[in-house]
Amino acid sequence: MIALLRSRPAACALAIGVACILLFLPLTLSRFGNYMLAMWAVMTIAAMGLNLTLGYAGQVSLAQGAFVGIGAYATAIMTVNGWPLYAPLLLTVALCFAIGWLLGYPALRVQHHYLAFVTLSFATLAYLVFRNEEWLTKGTYGIFGIPRPTLFGVSLKHHLNFYYFSLAWLVICAGLMLWLVNSPWGRAFTALRENPARAQSLGVDTRRYTLMAFAIGSTMGGVAGVLYAPLVEFIDPNPFGLPLSFSLLLMVIVGGSGYFLGPALGALIAVLLPEWLRDYTQGYYLIAYALLVMVLLIYSPSGILGWVERRTADARTRRASLARQAAVPTYDAGSAS
Amino acid sequence: MTKVLEIHGIKKHFGGIRAVDGVSFDVNKGEILGLIGPNGCGKSTLFNAVLGQLEPTAGRVMLDGHDITGMRPARLSRLGVSRTFQLLQVFPEMSVRENLILAGQEHRGTMVSRLFGPRDAGLGEAADRMIAFFKMSHLAGEKAGGLSYGQQKLLDAAMAFMAGPRLVLLDEPAGGVNLTMLGALKERLRAINSELGATFVVIEHNMEFVMSLCQRVVVMAEGRVLAIGTPAEIRANPAVIDAYLGH
Amino acid sequence: MSTFSTLIVGGLATGAIYAVVAIGFALLWQASQTINFAQGEFVMLPAFFALIAMGMGAPYWLAALVTIGMSVVILGAMFKQMLVDPMIKHGVLPMAIATMALAIFMKESVKDLYSAEAYPFPSLVPDRNLAILGANISLQHIGIIVTAIGAIIGLTLLLERTSIGRQMQATAQNPTVARLLGIPVERMILLTFVINAVLVSIASLLVTPIYLAKFSSGETLGLAAFIAAIIGGFNQLRGAIIGGFLLGVVDNLAAAYISTQYRSAVPLFILIAVILFRPHGIAGRKEERTV
Repeated sequence: MIALLRSRPAACALAIGVACILLFLPLTLSRFGNYMLAMWAVMTIAAMGLNLTLGYAGQVSLAQGAFVGIGAYATAIMTVNGWPLYAPLLLTVALCFAIGWLLGYPALRVQHHYLAFVTLSFATLAYLVFRNEEWLTKGTYGIFGIPRPTLFGVSLKHHLNFYYFSLAWLVICAGLMLWLVNSPWGRAFTALRENPARAQSLGVDTRRYTLMAFAIGSTMGGVAGVLYAPLVEFIDPNPFGLPLSFSLLLMVIVGGSGYFLGPALGALIAVLLPEWLRDYTQGYYLIAYALLVMVLLIYSPSGILGWVERRTADARTRRASLARQAAVPTYDAGSAS
Repeated sequence: MTKVLEIHGIKKHFGGIRAVDGVSFDVNKGEILGLIGPNGCGKSTLFNAVLGQLEPTAGRVMLDGHDITGMRPARLSRLGVSRTFQLLQVFPEMSVRENLILAGQEHRGTMVSRLFGPRDAGLGEAADRMIAFFKMSHLAGEKAGGLSYGQQKLLDAAMAFMAGPRLVLLDEPAGGVNLTMLGALKERLRAINSELGATFVVIEHNMEFVMSLCQRVVVMAEGRVLAIGTPAEIRANPAVIDAYLGH
Repeated sequence: MSTFSTLIVGGLATGAIYAVVAIGFALLWQASQTINFAQGEFVMLPAFFALIAMGMGAPYWLAALVTIGMSVVILGAMFKQMLVDPMIKHGVLPMAIATMALAIFMKESVKDLYSAEAYPFPSLVPDRNLAILGANISLQHIGIIVTAIGAIIGLTLLLERTSIGRQMQATAQNPTVARLLGIPVERMILLTFVINAVLVSIASLLVTPIYLAKFSSGETLGLAAFIAAIIGGFNQLRGAIIGGFLLGVVDNLAAAYISTQYRSAVPLFILIAVILFRPHGIAGRKEERTV
């Protein structure tokens, strides 16, 4: 810990600063502000899952919103009928893992835009089920009065409490994700993205890793849905249509696909920026938001963190070339090629 | 002498084109075998058909006496067969060290045991040794994509050895590598061959490189085997001289 | 039987519009690897150009010309120069996301700056029914089919009979070789965007009398055009045409004979089946993939 502080002081200071903001800023915010922050935490979890599928393993999915919907509906239906929250959580994890695994099969046959359209079709079909299977989902009438759980005797009715609950889940999910991407699996996922044929020749079972990337990423989407339902307390099919899947994809790309912190930044822009713009631009906030996203992508197509990495790499090269100029030129066999 | 790999009458046809038209030869344990021939004579296609990248039209491939015809590359890799590609194939966004660990990790334990095992899959030390062996220690933390072409070729070759394979097929390891690096590469390959006891098959255009590295050479022309023999025999074979110098 | 033929003609009319939009979609993909997620909004917007022109007193024919002109400038040239050109070297996905943002931008702009209402829109052909062989055929549907097929034939002639068309095809197939042959590749790509703009404005003038002019009306149409393009084959215009007509007919029959609730699921199942079993589309060529 202390060694880390000494070796990368700037990163540690940043981490502590962010932790302080996440813990103490909400105390100064309105009820609605806390609600939106909780929404940010929930969407970050979903986007983190998609970042695993897309950013690390390189498999395009336009269906992440459908998994949020599956988790949300499982939670709404079960908790309204008196089940405690962990029951739908377990069900969602099992269900989304299985469906995500199945959704991965097309990826073994087709790639890129074709895969995008297969997953897009799945998302649309899921939406049709949410809307049409009224016996289960109450259709467009929606499900009212989704209860918020009580944790260790503390009711999460208050938005602030629910925010801390969501934040705790975000920390758990981020910890698991960090552990995963730094494991041999994370390495295999990256290899799958960068060069599947070569990965296969090195013994990487690309089929199984592809399916796993879909299954785990989708499960994270489902977990986000489990939190989404009690957060909003009322659900109908509309939030789980294609726009949600598009929006989650946008979060991953805009934040920086394949960067661990990308989804958190992307969700910041997709969830909080429109609300913040609303205060300044009256009715035109969505226009301003869409415009900002386009400008951002034109300026840095690899997302915010891609831009940051390029800047730091440039700075390092500049420092290195300055150092070389200062040093006495010597012949180095290693750099001869 | 024990045979590691036996290739029996392999054919690979694309429509009417007979890219490989009935090739047979054996690879002996511990040898460095060269595979040469003019451009388009079917060397790489043969490689791909032997290693499961392409389904052969006819013929059989045996590894240690077991039939491996048409087996998927990932399974072959786990049986101890490893390869490099003609075009450079490293993972550019990963560091040199990560590239090497990846090259070995899938050979250890199961998918589940790897997930819960150590982060470096227990290969950190082995990777560092390989890095030192290939004299790349100063580059261990660099992204592979940032290396020079020759360094990437070295890494590509080093990756083929991470799993401790018994049989390595190198597709044009010297292609595009400059003279300084070429000497280093040859020396490394020879050292690994004697230290690990691995068997090599090398496709190369650089005749000097093949003749000085390999103990036996197979010459292919128009999808068939033209000659097999020691470098000296090959140099003296009139059919080979004709195929190479005839045009 | 007569209902059936009415359904078929209605389906062909819808399909003709899908085909026109899908051709534009496929053209953009071929010329610049752009997956335009705003293609539906590209059909929604020109109707509002026409409404504005007619609001200022222009007769229908003049309004139609103004619409095409405005589309060529805004949806053709400006779209390419301001959004596609800066993004083109960064791969398919960031570009696709940018067009998603563009779709939001266009919808919200129309909603906030013009109106959120749905407006009736005049039709080129009077909405009358004809009795042909005992079947009730809408004159408007016939008009749509004739106009759309006319546009498609015109485009095909341009692409296959003129030197500019052949240069465009060469550019789409291999820009590097085309450049070596001295073809002005940049201008050919721009021309493709212009053609797409003309196609979507024709589609807009044809479809809006049926579905009214509304900011959100592009959503379903855009999705239908994607599906049509992929079912037929992404990389061939013939594919987009076949896909468009097929989808229109299937859509109409599904609405009549299968549950209306899951009507929109039918094209999706066709899409999934085509992608899995014939990934290059019904009429498409196989795209070469690396090992």
